[in-house]
Amino acid sequence: MKLLFLPLALLLAACSSASQDNGTPPTEVVVVTHDSFAVSPEVLEQFTAETGQDVKIVQNGDAGQVVNSAILSAGVPQGDVLFGVDNTFLSRATRAGVFADYQAPGTPADLAQPGVTPIDTGAVCLNYDREYFADTTPPRNLADLTKPAYRDLTVVENPATSSPGLAFLMATVATQPDWQGYWRDLKANGVKVVDGWDNAYYQQFSGGSGEGNRPIVVSYSTSPAAEVMFAADPDAPPPTAYVDAQCFEQVEYAGVLDGARNIDGAKRFVDFMVSKTFQDDIGGQMFVYPVVKDASVPKAFRKYAPYPKSPVVLRPEQIDAGRDEWIDQWSAIMDR
Amino acid sequence: MDRPVVGNHGSLTPARTALLAVPVVFVLTLFIVPLAAVVRVGLQAGAPQMLAVMTSGRTWQIIGFTTLQAGLSTLATVVIAIPAAVVLALFRFPGRTVVRALVLVPFVMPTVVVAAAFLALVGPTGYLGVDLSGSIWGLVLAHMFLNIAVVIRVVGGALATLDPDLPKAARVLGASGWAAFRRVTWPMLLPSVRASAVIVFLFCFTSFGVVQVLGAGQLRTLEVEIYRRTTYLLDLPAAAALSVLQLLAVVAMLVVVGRGRSVRAATAVGVARVPRGWRQSLVVGITVVSTTLMVLAPLAVVLVRSLQIDGQWTLAGWQTLLSPAASTNAVSPWSAVLASLRTASAATVIAVTVGGMAAVGLASRGRGRWLQSVDALLLLPLGTSAVTVGLGMLLAFGRPPVDLRNTGLLIVLAQTLVAIPFVVRVLTPALRSFDRRYLEVAAVLGRSPMAAARTVGVPLVLPAVAVAAGFAFAITVGEFGATVFLASPADPTLPVAISRLLARPGALTLAAAYAASTLLMLLTIAVVVAVDRVRLSRAVVF
Repeated sequence: MKLLFLPLALLLAACSSASQDNGTPPTEVVVVTHDSFAVSPEVLEQFTAETGQDVKIVQNGDAGQVVNSAILSAGVPQGDVLFGVDNTFLSRATRAGVFADYQAPGTPADLAQPGVTPIDTGAVCLNYDREYFADTTPPRNLADLTKPAYRDLTVVENPATSSPGLAFLMATVATQPDWQGYWRDLKANGVKVVDGWDNAYYQQFSGGSGEGNRPIVVSYSTSPAAEVMFAADPDAPPPTAYVDAQCFEQVEYAGVLDGARNIDGAKRFVDFMVSKTFQDDIGGQMFVYPVVKDASVPKAFRKYAPYPKSPVVLRPEQIDAGRDEWIDQWSAIMDR
Repeated sequence: MDRPVVGNHGSLTPARTALLAVPVVFVLTLFIVPLAAVVRVGLQAGAPQMLAVMTSGRTWQIIGFTTLQAGLSTLATVVIAIPAAVVLALFRFPGRTVVRALVLVPFVMPTVVVAAAFLALVGPTGYLGVDLSGSIWGLVLAHMFLNIAVVIRVVGGALATLDPDLPKAARVLGASGWAAFRRVTWPMLLPSVRASAVIVFLFCFTSFGVVQVLGAGQLRTLEVEIYRRTTYLLDLPAAAALSVLQLLAVVAMLVVVGRGRSVRAATAVGVARVPRGWRQSLVVGITVVSTTLMVLAPLAVVLVRSLQIDGQWTLAGWQTLLSPAASTNAVSPWSAVLASLRTASAATVIAVTVGGMAAVGLASRGRGRWLQSVDALLLLPLGTSAVTVGLGMLLAFGRPPVDLRNTGLLIVLAQTLVAIPFVVRVLTPALRSFDRRYLEVAAVLGRSPMAAARTVGVPLVLPAVAVAAGFAFAITVGEFGATVFLASPADPTLPVAISRLLARPGALTLAAAYAASTLLMLLTIAVVVAVDRVRLSRAVVF
C-alpha cells in the first residue's frame, strides 16, 4: 500500500514551490497576517521602490488562527514576517519560539515587548445606539450593564471564539472586583452572547449598520468612525458612539519569523511598518491607531473616535498566566 | 466507453481494483494521513487529557445533542424534499431548469450569509415574527434549507436515469397512478433516498457556521466544540479526542445504515409523465411553488439587503462592490468571480475524475464487504470536522519537502474531498440501477449490442455525470472546505471577498457584502443552468 503513496507524494512535491534556495538572494518578502490586514497598494510600492523587494501577503484567517498556525509551524514558517499577533496572544507565540529576535529601531518604549515590534493599537469598548439613548443615559461603565435600566440591552461576543470577546472578558477581569460575580449578574440581567463580532454587530446590535434590537454592543473605539467613513452619507454624524470607560487596549505586533528564508527583507519590512509612510496609512485602512506619535489618522477618528483616555492595560505575561483559565471559568458561568 | 459499465458482477477484476485504488489512495493521503497527524500530536501533547475529554459527561452531552439535531434535520429535509425531487425529475413545466438550479443555491452560499438571512427571517427582529435563534428548530429549518438540494439532486439523479421507454411498458401492464409509484418507483428510489439521507445527516452532524450563528452561543455541537477548543485555546489533545469520537460516531452510523442496504432495488421500472389533468397539475404546481418559496425567501432577503441601506432603496452597495477602495484587502468582484470559477472548475474536474473511478468500481452489486468499506471510506471526510482536516493538512503537508501551505492547493484538495462523496453518490446508483436488463430490453426491441450501448447506455450515464459535475461545482464554489488553518488562495474567491467585507463595520460595506453574495448566487445559477442545458441537449440523442 505504501508504494501507492509514492506517485501522489511526488506529485504533491512537484507542485510545492519549485523555487527553493538556489543561491540567489530572495527578492520577495512573504508577510503572514490575518484577514483584516489592509494597506494601500502605493505604500507597498514605495517599499518595493526603496528596497527592491516585492511583498507577498498571505492571509490565514482571523488573528487567533494566524497565531496558532504560526505556532504549529514554528521553525518552518509560512513566510518571513508575521503581523497581527496582539497582546492577548503574544506570550503564547513567543513561548513557542515563533519569532527570531528582532526589534525595529525607534520602537515606542511603553509598548515594547522583547523580540517583536508594536505596529498599532486599538481599543475594545462598549458601543451604543445613539438613537435609542436619545432621551436616556447610555451606560457610563461596565458595572452599569448589570443595572435594571440596561436589562436585555447588551450583546457581547464569546471569548472562546472571538478576539473582541476575549478582550472584553479581560477588561472585566481587570476592572471588576469579583469578575465572576459580575458575569453572573450580567447573565441575570439578560446579556446575550454570540459567536463573533459580525453576528454581534450586524445582526444583534440596533445601532448604525446593525439590524438587531440590542442597543449596546462590544466593539471597537473606532467603530463609530467606520460608520461615518462607510456611510451612504459621509457628512452625517455617526449613528453610534463608544463609551470611553474601561476599554481594553489591544496592541498588534509584527516580528521576523524564526527560520525565515528572507531574514534581511523581513527586517526591512518590519522597519518599514513603523515608518511614517506606513503609519499614516494604517488608520484609514485597518481602523486602528498608529503607534508613531506624529503619524496622521483620518478626520473621522479625531471627531468621533479619539483614543480612549485611560484604557485597561494588561501585560502579556499577566494575560498568559490567566487567559485559558478565565475562558474556562467564563464558560462554566455562561454556558447553559 | 465502447461498452457501458454493467454492474451485475461483483468480481474484483484487476481493472476494477486499479480503478478503486486511485480514490482510495487519494482519500488516504489527503484525509487519513492528516487525521493521523492530529491524533499523533494530540497524544504527544497529553494522552491523559485526551482520555479525560473522551470520558467527560459534558462531551457525551454534546454528542447527544449533535446526533439529535442532525437526526431531526435529516428527517425534516427528506420529508420536505422527496415530493419536490419526484416532481422536478418526472414532470415538465415552465421554468423547470431554473427551479432545479435554484434549489442548489442555498448550498453554495457562505454559511455566514445564510445564517444572517435566517436571522432576518426568524431572528429577534425577524420578518416572520418568530424568534427561533438559540433553539433547535432554527437549526432544523436552516439545515433543511441548506440540504434540500442533496435529496432533490441525488434522488432526482436516480429518477433521471430511468429508461423513459419503461413506463410505457408499465402502463401496458396496467400499472398506474399512486399504486405504480408506491410499488414500482419507490422501491427503486429507496437506495438513493437512503444515500442522500446519509449525506444530509453527515452535513448536519458537522455543520458549523449555522450552529455558530443561529445557536447564539447556546447550542453546542461537536464541530463547534472542536473549533472552540482548537482555534483559540489550541487545545490539541481535546481536538484530537473529539475528532476521534466524531469519526467513531460516523463509522457507527455508516455501519448501521450499511446493514440496511442489503434490501436491494427491485427490477427497475420507472414512471415518467407530463402533468395530465387538473389534479396532477395542481399537485405539481403546489409542490413547485412551495419549494421555490422556501428556497427563495432567505435568498430574497440577501438580494433585498444588497439594495437597501437603513431601510432606503439604493444601489450604493453595488457601486461599492464594483469600484472597490484602493487597498490590498479590497477585491475586484470580477477577479473574484474568475478566481471562484477557476478553483471550482479545477476541484470539479478532480472530484468527477476521482469520484467517477470510485463509482465505476463500486457499481457492482453488494458483493464483497470491502467494496462497502471503500464506499464508507470515501464518505468519512464529510463526517469529519473541517477544523481537524485543516489542522491535519497543516501538520502533514506544512514541512519540506512537501510544503503546500501557500499554494492554495490545500483548499482545493479539501474541497475535492468533500465533493467526491457526492459524485460517488450520484453516479453509483445511476450505474447500478442501469443494469443489463436495459440492454436486453433494447435488444428485444431490435437494437444491436453496439447500438444499444450507444443509444441506451451513454445517454443514461451522461445525465448522471452532468448532475454530479454540477453538484461538485456547487460544493466547491461555496464555502465548503474553506477550512480553518489553511491559507486563503492568493487570488481571493467570492466567499473570501464576502468574509473580508463582513469584517468591517459600516452600512455600505454590509450592503456590498450582500451584493457579493447575490453575485455568488447568480454565478451558481448560471453555471448549474448551463450544466443542465448540456445534459438536456445530450439526452435528446435518445
